[in-house]
Amino acid sequence: MKTSKTLVGIAAAVALTLTTAACGNGGSDNASSNGDSKTLTYWASNQGTSIQNDKDVLKPELKKFEKKTGIKVNLEVIGWNDLQTRIQTAITSGQAPDVVNIGNTWAASLQATGAFLPFDSANMKAIGGKDKFVETALKTGGAPGKTYTSVPLYGLAYGLYYNKKMFADAGLKPPTSWQELVTDAKKLTNPKKDVHGLALAAGSYTENAHFAFINAAQDGGGWFDSKGQPTFTKAGNISGIKRYLDLMQTDKVAPTSNAQYDNGTKSVNDFANGKAAMVINQNNADNSIRSQGMKPNEYGVVPFPAPTGGQPVASHVAGINLSVFKNTDNKAGALKFVKFMTSKDVQKTLDKPYSALPVLKDGKVTFTSKAKEAKTFQKIYNTMSKPLPLVANEDQFESTVGKAMNKMFAQIATGKSITKSDIKQALSTAQQQVAASSAG
Amino acid sequence: MSVVTKSPDRKVRRRGGAPERRRRKPGWWLPYALLGPAVLFEILVHLIPIVIGVWMSFIKLTKFFIANWGAAPFAGLANFRISLDFSGVLGKSLLNSFLITCAFTVLAVGLSWVLGMAAAVALQKAFKGRAIFRTLFLVPYALPVYTGVIAWKFMLQKDNGAINHLLVDNLHVLGDKPFWLLGDNTFVSIVIVAAWRLWPFAFLMLMAGLQSIPEDLYEAAAIDGAKPFRQWTNVTLPMLRSVNTVVLLVMFLWTFNDFNVPYVLFGTSEPAGGDLISFHIYNTSFLTWNFGLGSAMSVLLVVFLLIVTGAYLILTNRRARRA
Amino acid sequence: MRETKPEKLFRVIVLVVLSLFTILPLYVMITSSIKPLGDVQSAFQWIPKHLTIQPFIQMWSTVPLASYFVNSIIVSAAATLFSVAIAIFAAFAVSRYKFFGRNVFTTTVLSTQMFPGILFLLPLFLIFVNIDRSLGVQLVGTRIGLIITYLTFSLPFSIWMLVGYFDGIPRELDEAAKVDGSSPLGALFRVVLPAAKPGLTAVAIYSFMTSWGEVLFASVMTTDANRTLAVGLQLYSTQTNVYWNQIMAASLIVSIPVVVGFLVLQRSFVAGLTAGAVK
Repeated sequence: MKTSKTLVGIAAAVALTLTTAACGNGGSDNASSNGDSKTLTYWASNQGTSIQNDKDVLKPELKKFEKKTGIKVNLEVIGWNDLQTRIQTAITSGQAPDVVNIGNTWAASLQATGAFLPFDSANMKAIGGKDKFVETALKTGGAPGKTYTSVPLYGLAYGLYYNKKMFADAGLKPPTSWQELVTDAKKLTNPKKDVHGLALAAGSYTENAHFAFINAAQDGGGWFDSKGQPTFTKAGNISGIKRYLDLMQTDKVAPTSNAQYDNGTKSVNDFANGKAAMVINQNNADNSIRSQGMKPNEYGVVPFPAPTGGQPVASHVAGINLSVFKNTDNKAGALKFVKFMTSKDVQKTLDKPYSALPVLKDGKVTFTSKAKEAKTFQKIYNTMSKPLPLVANEDQFESTVGKAMNKMFAQIATGKSITKSDIKQALSTAQQQVAASSAG
Repeated sequence: MSVVTKSPDRKVRRRGGAPERRRRKPGWWLPYALLGPAVLFEILVHLIPIVIGVWMSFIKLTKFFIANWGAAPFAGLANFRISLDFSGVLGKSLLNSFLITCAFTVLAVGLSWVLGMAAAVALQKAFKGRAIFRTLFLVPYALPVYTGVIAWKFMLQKDNGAINHLLVDNLHVLGDKPFWLLGDNTFVSIVIVAAWRLWPFAFLMLMAGLQSIPEDLYEAAAIDGAKPFRQWTNVTLPMLRSVNTVVLLVMFLWTFNDFNVPYVLFGTSEPAGGDLISFHIYNTSFLTWNFGLGSAMSVLLVVFLLIVTGAYLILTNRRARRA
Repeated sequence: MRETKPEKLFRVIVLVVLSLFTILPLYVMITSSIKPLGDVQSAFQWIPKHLTIQPFIQMWSTVPLASYFVNSIIVSAAATLFSVAIAIFAAFAVSRYKFFGRNVFTTTVLSTQMFPGILFLLPLFLIFVNIDRSLGVQLVGTRIGLIITYLTFSLPFSIWMLVGYFDGIPRELDEAAKVDGSSPLGALFRVVLPAAKPGLTAVAIYSFMTSWGEVLFASVMTTDANRTLAVGLQLYSTQTNVYWNQIMAASLIVSIPVVVGFLVLQRSFVAGLTAGAVK
């Protein structure tokens, strides 16, 4: 009786509101939050030590831009937890900023939404031409063969950080192959003292997806075929992931508690506090390491090593890109702003506080005063890195494979063992997930 | 005794009272005018969004169409088929999450009710310091959800958490420090955290209910020789029936739909034991930009809740009428 | 009546166990908020070794907590005010009049409680955007949008509770007022509302707490300009560090207004529930 009444109620409401709802759709028509050509809205991702720190870093630059062009930039710094949701809702509703920072791995997925301004030859020219960018960096701008919808802003790459003193005390040299990495790490592990060879961000699905990609690439794996179809269960993917999981499972050089490290910061902190002899992180780890009191001369960086005979892939092409929303009402201003942000001077200023690698061809590494570290990272970024799959379903790869890795690490941590066939099973499930949710 | 004679069922009483009023023709519009603002906001914030949400479940709203979702193709029942295909991965994991949520709800609501009842009975009689306990017990309910849950998250860490420190280092109940935010243990964690937040509500409502039970009923029972436990089963429970009906239903709905606790506790990756359904839907569909599928899953959830709530109300009404 | 031994034993056990259960997280929150960052990141200690008030100072600059505070206060207070006002009129209509559509209204409003927030999060956002576009009223990224959302969230429970409360106020009082020449609304203001004060307090507390603690919608609908505490607190876990001590300190500061308010007014809240919901 009650239910039927409720149904009547809902039916009445539906009838009453259907007409209104019908006009409630659509979001790609031209409307934006600010109405004139003298202002821009800019969403910056959180790159510094805090949101406030980011504002302090960016505000002076934005002032310069205003002085130069007369365009006022309204800045909003958005934390990583929110950024994806915010971009999503902005795309869906059309109520978007003019210029936005994106994680460069999302570039192809975001490109597929059609909500962003393509950098065709005219637009590319307006921001200073594509030739000014490092080629590896530029390639993350979108799917190959399509007009890019983003351009590189800050470059990042993974490196293997090691504690110089701990290595010297054990009479070790930084590893140059995977085998050495494992032997060294074993020697440096002393669970009684709560010291381990490595710290892993094993509970972060994005970090895990990156390492699934890098390790698989070293073993000759790959995640999508040329048609953009997932090939998750390739042998190289399985063996690469197995190798990475084994750091915790069989080599026991990373503590099981790492399975609940849901962001890279926690593993970096362990490294900075002497609880781990090595950590694999992007070069902006320098920030955290220093803020934890470890001095620059106390650590060194080498490329994340591949097994002997494997592909020398040490990182994916990480970093932040800039995109312009298609429905901006100030396209000229937005392009000017992109040009400004990717100009030599601004890059030089921002790379330092954000610990970023230059995305410009003639750029110098400014985030570290250590010439060797700078050289290592630049080498990794320019020659030893591969972009994550540049397909529309890249986001699905990150979430399904990354989460499968989370689960497997959790199982290892709670005492279960993971075999190659378990990995294959997990990857095949992930692949079915991608297929099923893109079919819906 | 005057309080007791009041019918516990509001509806019955209202039905008896209403026809007595004369309908005053000139003022017929007044109740509608009074309801106006409420209706307006309900339509704007609840009803239209729900209708759109239901509509979304019938279209193929993936990332290729969200920028212009007028162009999203009609998907018919495809989204529902995927959600209910329990041999496929998405359906299977949805079912799994649903079952976890059922178990979680039963335990969290049950535990909250037991604790709330115990506290309400313990504080039923006046004694020195009663007000202090009553105040203390209400604090978890008064705290904003996220602050309480963040504190628990901090405590449930494996190595540096207070819980493992207490269980392993202080009490030596466990040998090894277990994970509480990973794997199967997350089920225990989430039940405890949810119950910690929820039991004060049960306590509050039951305490309020107990206050309206007249003392002389207990005295009469005591004269008949009933021990405290018998007094509880023979006097307290029956007198609280209508309160319980409401409290259990409200707690059920809140708990089943709970998003905040798992979201704050586990972030964006759902652990095996803590994969509650709202959180699951958010993670498997909204996080991967498949809004059509996510809406279909949400609609299925609503249908389930409607059926359960309807059945529950019919059942309790019938029992109340028979009693 | 005298208390028997087993009764006393039961009472003591229940009170001790529940007190410990309740206090534990509160104790951890308070003690961790006065520990240095290094201490909260290493093994847990029941008694803080090093005391510091730094977290309470630093937390204001790590994130702009003060402005989130102002936003939360304005949003919650306005949502509460409007929600209670609207609920009063609706509840009065439902309680005192028999009219066509009354049951549809009450069941529909109550059944909205069944819908998970994620189902209508995106649609609501879209509606707000479209209102902005067609009417020029900006609702996303402003406090007004949040106020409208939150006041509606607490409406169903508020109306339901007030209807119960109003039903408990004898109709004869209204009738008497009407005989004295009051209009129906006059009766509401002069007779019903004064008698319903605890019910109103209860509803107001409920609305305020709902708005103060909402996370999901706030995370999508707020920008720098109107961000509330619920979202702001998450910003302490930034890329480079997780400031547990500052998180705990901020949690405390954020909780104090609602907890104190709730505890001060709890008698009214209980009284409101007794007469309203508990029937």
